[in-house]
Amino acid sequence: MQIYLPIAEMSVNLVLILVMGGAVGFLSGMFGVGGGFLMTPLLIFIGVPPSVAVGTQANQLVAASVSGVLAHWRRGNVDVKMGLVMLSGSTLGTLLGVYVFGILQRIGQIDLVISLSYVLFLGLIAVLMLIESLRAMQRRRRGGPTARRKLHKHTVLHGLPLKMRFPKSRLYISALLPCGIGFIGGLLVAIMGIGGGFFLVPAMIYLLGMPAIAVAGTSLFQIIFTTAIATFLQATQNHTVDVVLALMLLVGGVIGAQWGTRAAGVLRGEQARALLAAMVMVVCVALAWDLVATPDEPFSISVAQTPGMR
Amino acid sequence: MGRVATMLGLLLIGGASIARGAAAQDVVADLSHHLIAITTEFTGTAVTLFGTIEGEGDIAIIVRGPSEPVTVRQKDRVAGIWINSASVTFEQVPSYYSVAANQPLERIARPSVLSRHGIGLNYLRFPVRGDLPRMTLPGGEAEDPEQVTTMFREALIRNMQDDDLYIDDLGVVTFLGPTLFRATVEFPANVPTGQFTVSVYLFRDGDIVTAQTTPLVVSKIGLGAEVFDFSRRYAAAYGLVAIAVAVFFGWLASILFRSPR
Repeated sequence: MQIYLPIAEMSVNLVLILVMGGAVGFLSGMFGVGGGFLMTPLLIFIGVPPSVAVGTQANQLVAASVSGVLAHWRRGNVDVKMGLVMLSGSTLGTLLGVYVFGILQRIGQIDLVISLSYVLFLGLIAVLMLIESLRAMQRRRRGGPTARRKLHKHTVLHGLPLKMRFPKSRLYISALLPCGIGFIGGLLVAIMGIGGGFFLVPAMIYLLGMPAIAVAGTSLFQIIFTTAIATFLQATQNHTVDVVLALMLLVGGVIGAQWGTRAAGVLRGEQARALLAAMVMVVCVALAWDLVATPDEPFSISVAQTPGMR
Repeated sequence: MGRVATMLGLLLIGGASIARGAAAQDVVADLSHHLIAITTEFTGTAVTLFGTIEGEGDIAIIVRGPSEPVTVRQKDRVAGIWINSASVTFEQVPSYYSVAANQPLERIARPSVLSRHGIGLNYLRFPVRGDLPRMTLPGGEAEDPEQVTTMFREALIRNMQDDDLYIDDLGVVTFLGPTLFRATVEFPANVPTGQFTVSVYLFRDGDIVTAQTTPLVVSKIGLGAEVFDFSRRYAAAYGLVAIAVAVFFGWLASILFRSPR
């Protein structure tokens, strides 16, 4: 059954979109990541304009993070203060990101920047995750105790000004740190259409030293607002949010995520992470190949602005 | 009113190109639909055109979508990566263009005639906006501007053909008798919206004898149209609705699938 997408101005197969949403939802439930990094390239692959894919993905992520955060909220695993400080940074990041997105769209480099940021970002994350999970597996095989981080390791990051107390996370750190992490998260949402859980979770654990239990809930809490702001800005500035597409994606995604969460019980943590790392690597290599391979058609077209218009 | 004006204008244009003595009624044609409605289930459509001609002649049918400026970009390899570099912007590019004729265009009329009326993909010309990019030949000398324009124009047409928006279906005008003809024009799912024109040209001895133009409207209808209009007219409200819908579904999902404790 074909459905016409009013903003993307194309028709897609309803079943295909539901299956895609379900599959990505399954993986995101299983690995506890947003899945935007898989969905955006998939949407582009089936012919959705990259800018619409990114804008719509931001909208879909609002739903995904709302449903995700509620479970954490009930268990009291959300550090609201930390989330709000991060949000101040991510709002700036999103504003800047959407603005830059608009400029790149006009000069015809948006597709390149989206692909390039995916390749660089996913490549980096995949390598880091792979190393991390291989190490964990080795440790397990040796049977030794899993290495524990020191509770307090003072680095240059602790010398930054604007120190603030975060009672829930039992931290006394510079507000600039969570703010800066939020800023990068906001940029990622605006330009890549991913929630940034990928980047936020490790950054909050390793850079902020937050207790692991509060990290997922807090990052999701923060992502809700960041993606909502991104949705609003993409809808008003760039007209790239397709509600019909977002609806189909989130219905599939929500159902898939539930199964994924159940399936997650079967895999051990580091196995899941190694698998995820491998998957990220595949997406990264596929996108990189498109950038370096000689294109069949070196020319592309796009509707130009009428002179005098913005 | 606008429609009447267009028709009058086209009659005048048609009249100007009429060879001596022939009347405007030499060709009469009409469409099976004058409105293509893009609904939520729209997957493309075909419109049938029927017509009759007075006496002998060849028929070419051109369907043009609303014009817009289009930028053509050429990818170049920079540090191993293919990046959009040179670009040319053309004005007045039809967003849709299909040509149908009862036999190959070159057998119907001379290239000069086809060029003058923009009949056939090979005879389409678009004005260039601004300056052309400076391109160099392998030898180092500058590329001829005419060559650059042609290269980018051909790329534009090729891209449009790949998107099924430029259609070159010669031979689909069929004569059902000595005077009655029929043609089918295809519109893909990604057809742009707006006012289209369907022009039927009658050729005799290599010259245009008469032309008749009928308007055709492509418009989004129903839910899709309302969503689109709303998203453009009240972008802020649309953004807020999009967020509200997502929040609601996210909340609903967490209620529905809440693990029993």
